[in-house]
Amino acid sequence: MIIGGGPAGLTAGLYAARAKLKTILLERFAPGGQILTTDWVENYPGFPDGISGYDLVDKMKGQAERFGLIIRSQEVQGLELVGEKKSVITDSGTIETRAVIIACGAAPQKLDIEGEGLLTGKGVSYCATCDGPFFRDQPVAVIGGGDTAVEEALYLTRFASKVFIIHRRDRLRAIQLIQERARNEPKIEFIWNTVALKISGDTAVKGLELKNVKTGSISTLPVEGVFVFIGYIPNSGLVRDTLSLDEWGFIKTDNEMATVIPGVFAAGDVRSKALRQVATAVGEGATAAYMAQRYIEGLGKGS
Amino acid sequence: MSDLLHVTDASFEKEILKSEIPAVVDFWAEWCGPCKMVAPVLEELAKEYKGKIKIAKLNVDENRQTPGKFGIRNIPTLIFFKDGAVSQTIIGAHPKSHIDGELKKLL
Repeated sequence: MIIGGGPAGLTAGLYAARAKLKTILLERFAPGGQILTTDWVENYPGFPDGISGYDLVDKMKGQAERFGLIIRSQEVQGLELVGEKKSVITDSGTIETRAVIIACGAAPQKLDIEGEGLLTGKGVSYCATCDGPFFRDQPVAVIGGGDTAVEEALYLTRFASKVFIIHRRDRLRAIQLIQERARNEPKIEFIWNTVALKISGDTAVKGLELKNVKTGSISTLPVEGVFVFIGYIPNSGLVRDTLSLDEWGFIKTDNEMATVIPGVFAAGDVRSKALRQVATAVGEGATAAYMAQRYIEGLGKGS
Repeated sequence: MSDLLHVTDASFEKEILKSEIPAVVDFWAEWCGPCKMVAPVLEELAKEYKGKIKIAKLNVDENRQTPGKFGIRNIPTLIFFKDGAVSQTIIGAHPKSHIDGELKKLL
């Protein structure tokens, strides 16, 4: 049983299905995961010209289904993981299984400041590819300084009149190549050492209240869109009390993707690790499926 | 044959605002990944609520007036209509159980 239909889950599904394990993948939406919010993936090997996030997962899904992976659109509501027989409780019944691979991914972290909740859908966004086209010829702000923030800022320059990147430090975390592209983009302007205090507006975003963390000075920036890319929170709520999590809530595993409960594995963005990419997710998915297969084979013998 | 209705700027008033039964409109576009994730959920719900709630999609790329009128700035956005008035708005991709719960309130 695989929970989550992003690149990690689909790869685990491909490997498990090819190993002739009867495998069901549960996904609460259509398969895809966060990669669907990515316009263009240019760091997944084998696609030298890049590939759209949608096409990439569509290919992964087709490949896994070719070997017999069953994908069901069901939402998991509870898990009973301890013991040899495990239960997955979904919105349309309970499924019993011997091994579970958790690949539920992560969701964008929110700023948790005034105005954010009220104005989500009215100019506050967590997906540039979804909402960028609504901001044609308007100034927008991107909050964050990692790869995602800067890449999404570059994407937004296609539509917006101006893109401010607001970052709490004095340098970016994004890789050099992306940084150089951003520096060479005339529509992008950096606002360093600065955090957002408040998003203002009633029925639409009107601006941001900013604070320089070095000088303490407060300023306002008139923008019509605010795009937030400050990291991810893991979708690990279902296992919060049963598995061992790191301080941010990501699931801890050993090098073979095994969690603290025998027969339960984790792969992809939901796992505690250093790098969250499609390239890392698929490797973990493959390893988790292989280890799940070995675990299931071991169940029948001796012990 | 899908039970989902496709509406446009031209048909919006007749199909949604003047609909005899409650209606839900999914504002979407080809460029939006999360919209594609929600699509199959809406297909299923359209089947389940057939004859009780009209579930429709509106492509914001081909129809600019209606999204502008409702101030759409994020997609997917679902707007629920009862007797021609907005009764609920759901922004972003949400699981079936959540959308289903909101649909029940329309009945």
